[in-house]
Amino acid sequence: MATSALSTTLSDNGAVVERHWQELNLRRRTYTFLGLALLAVALSGSLWFANATNAGKFFDRLPYFFDFVGDLVPRDGAEIGRAMFDLPSPYDDGSLKYNYPEGRMYLTDSIYVPEYFYKMLETLNIAIFSTIFGMFFGFILCFFAARNLMPNPWVRGLARRIMEILRAFPEVVIAGFFLAILSLGPIPAMIAVSIHTVGALGKLFFEVVENADMKPDEGLRAAGGNWFERVWFGIVPQVLPNFMSYFLLRLEINVRASTIIGAVGGGGIGEPLRLSISQGHEAKTLAIIILLFTTIIAVDQFSAWLRRRLVGDQAFQLAQ
Amino acid sequence: MTVNTMMNTAQMDAIAARHPHLVKGSANKRIRSILVFAGIGLYMVYSWWFFSIGQVLANANWGIAGTYLADWVSYEVRPDIKIAADGTMQVVYPRYSPLGPDAKPEWVKIETKMVERTIDVPAAAQQAAPKKSSSFSFMAPNAAVGGSTQAGARAETRTEEVVSRATVNFNSTTSIDVIDGKVTATHGGETLLIDLEHSAGVTPEGALPEWATQKRPGEKITLAFGMTGWADVDKEKISIHNRFPGWANFIFDTNSPFFNKSFGEVMSLITSGERLDPSRSNLSLAWNNILYNSEWQHLDVWTKLLQTIVMAFVGTLFASIIAFPLCFLAARNITRNGLLNQIIKRFFDFLRSVDMLIWALFFTRAFGPGPLAGMSAIFFTDTGTLGKLYAEALENIDDKQREGVKSVGAAPLAVQRFGVLPQVLPVFASQALYFWESNTRSATIIGAVGAGGIGLKLWEAMRTNSDWENVCYMVILILIVVFIFDSASNFLRSRLIGQKTH
Repeated sequence: MATSALSTTLSDNGAVVERHWQELNLRRRTYTFLGLALLAVALSGSLWFANATNAGKFFDRLPYFFDFVGDLVPRDGAEIGRAMFDLPSPYDDGSLKYNYPEGRMYLTDSIYVPEYFYKMLETLNIAIFSTIFGMFFGFILCFFAARNLMPNPWVRGLARRIMEILRAFPEVVIAGFFLAILSLGPIPAMIAVSIHTVGALGKLFFEVVENADMKPDEGLRAAGGNWFERVWFGIVPQVLPNFMSYFLLRLEINVRASTIIGAVGGGGIGEPLRLSISQGHEAKTLAIIILLFTTIIAVDQFSAWLRRRLVGDQAFQLAQ
Repeated sequence: MTVNTMMNTAQMDAIAARHPHLVKGSANKRIRSILVFAGIGLYMVYSWWFFSIGQVLANANWGIAGTYLADWVSYEVRPDIKIAADGTMQVVYPRYSPLGPDAKPEWVKIETKMVERTIDVPAAAQQAAPKKSSSFSFMAPNAAVGGSTQAGARAETRTEEVVSRATVNFNSTTSIDVIDGKVTATHGGETLLIDLEHSAGVTPEGALPEWATQKRPGEKITLAFGMTGWADVDKEKISIHNRFPGWANFIFDTNSPFFNKSFGEVMSLITSGERLDPSRSNLSLAWNNILYNSEWQHLDVWTKLLQTIVMAFVGTLFASIIAFPLCFLAARNITRNGLLNQIIKRFFDFLRSVDMLIWALFFTRAFGPGPLAGMSAIFFTDTGTLGKLYAEALENIDDKQREGVKSVGAAPLAVQRFGVLPQVLPVFASQALYFWESNTRSATIIGAVGAGGIGLKLWEAMRTNSDWENVCYMVILILIVVFIFDSASNFLRSRLIGQKTH
């Protein structure tokens, strides 16, 4: 059967179809091949460049790759607990490495908050505060950026450009600038994360608004509602669950972001983490990592749970 | 039979009064929203207290904020007018003045005269030199003689050219004129006369205008001219800070032979001029001077920026390459092994939840500072994130295509290749592109902890508090890169998915 099908001579039309198909196939393969070749060239070039400009070379450093695991082995398991809860260490020799009780934040004469818990709380507060702040201004801005609510292209363009700039401006620069004006502390980090959040949430929000059902708005318009009434009663009720969902997603991202900003001088848990890793304090490093890891997982789980309650299954998309 | 359904306001109100539950939301709902808002309000108050925001904002040095912001797009030239005890003056530029070593800017007019000055060379200064050299044995005899004969102060007469009058024109309405110990400052139509030789120190004649401040009588007077600059007037020195818009010496620094030449001059030097450096052409000299411009460090900035791009690119690419096979093991509809699914998923969660910062710090220790560390950090974190997303995409596929391929007796691998992959590949690629773009942004931040890229350079420039123009330069470069990658990724994604996705 197969041979008979092959031996059948194609009609003119059939030959054209076959030739077109072959051409198409060839072109597709060429594009795929070219794309992959380009990718390979870019990748090897990138790797070479990265290796050449790195302080240590990849293959020289590879044997030491797992050294950091060695940085994570404390003298005994209980040390981690002592570092986490600021309990005195039996190895205390007056050095920074074992000075756990020094970090205690005393609330009263005898009750204290362990240092890292306090710092973690600080990071969490930075994240929550900036997310609320970002939500507030993103909420206000998004209605001016949405095509269906703001017919004026100039206002819309302005609102969108503002959000783009706020989003693209490197957080680290904002933090650094305010570090120079305000003193060291968490507030520069808060400002930086807040500003970024306004832009990021504003963008997600206006996209939600643009996809909103316009029928309630139409009804309100027919009844003579002004712009604010239309937005407040027609749009806000239907977009609020999605807004909340994005708010929670952003909260997850901001917990991480404020940790990183903290590491470059913005207060919170990031700084002690960076210091303890660079100084090789195993127990402290592990205590902080465990704390940070647990917090991030807790925040993620809480946010996922709440988002599922708010918007159902569509909550499981990750946005940044 | 027609019923007029139009109602007047009174009727509407009547209906509303009869069925209040339709008009007013349920009490539960209303209370809940009030509670939420009250909670947020309380939280903000608590944060205000927790971070003592009010206090920090009040203690902040807002005055300097304006200067720092102005430094982003302008620069200051800072000549000092030094006034000697006899009233003669000297105009001195700092060593690293943006105007180069021997600057004679037009906005500083000086009148000079030759004077014979008697300079008292202090005895201490004379003795210091021989004494110092006396520690060398072969100088010892001379030093002993010098020390004994020139014990007292000595007077020396020299003929010197000194400045008798200096006029600094900030702009058409602002100027400072110094002559014979009198300073005349003009700004915005107001004129202030300051007497430097008064017995009570620096003394203004008449009341100080708004732009001049003096903390205590007799002390220095600060003249603030807004964006055009400012000046400190003191008894022995008048420090001028004249601000100009733009970036100073962006192309050639003051050490370059091309410094202070117009574009035409530089071009003619490059194309047809004599070789400035006999060992190489003027073009290569000029290019080299640009790359190694000591103030702007173009080559270093570009290298670091490229590192940032490379970090994001390689990190994301590797992450998607590794996440790709793993996600098939993690998706419960592809691999029907609950234990394996859970193990892989928890592994993804682990990679994701150990923050990018932690990975960055560890890899910086492992590889040393540089892009390898940042690349690995992005790779580890995003393997987790992409793996999770890919697995979710796989779990949401349409089963019909798979069943169709299976029903014709395809091998398991072929089922995945033709039944699953065509559905998810655009989603996979789109997610990878999205993370590539967003990692370009986050690579800047992790660079600041030493993981390579422009972050550290940016951070160092900011910590000096005086290189804000360099910060601005780098921020602009970053914004351009982010914009290009944003558009490229958006374009590719819309090609892949067939519509604009976010």
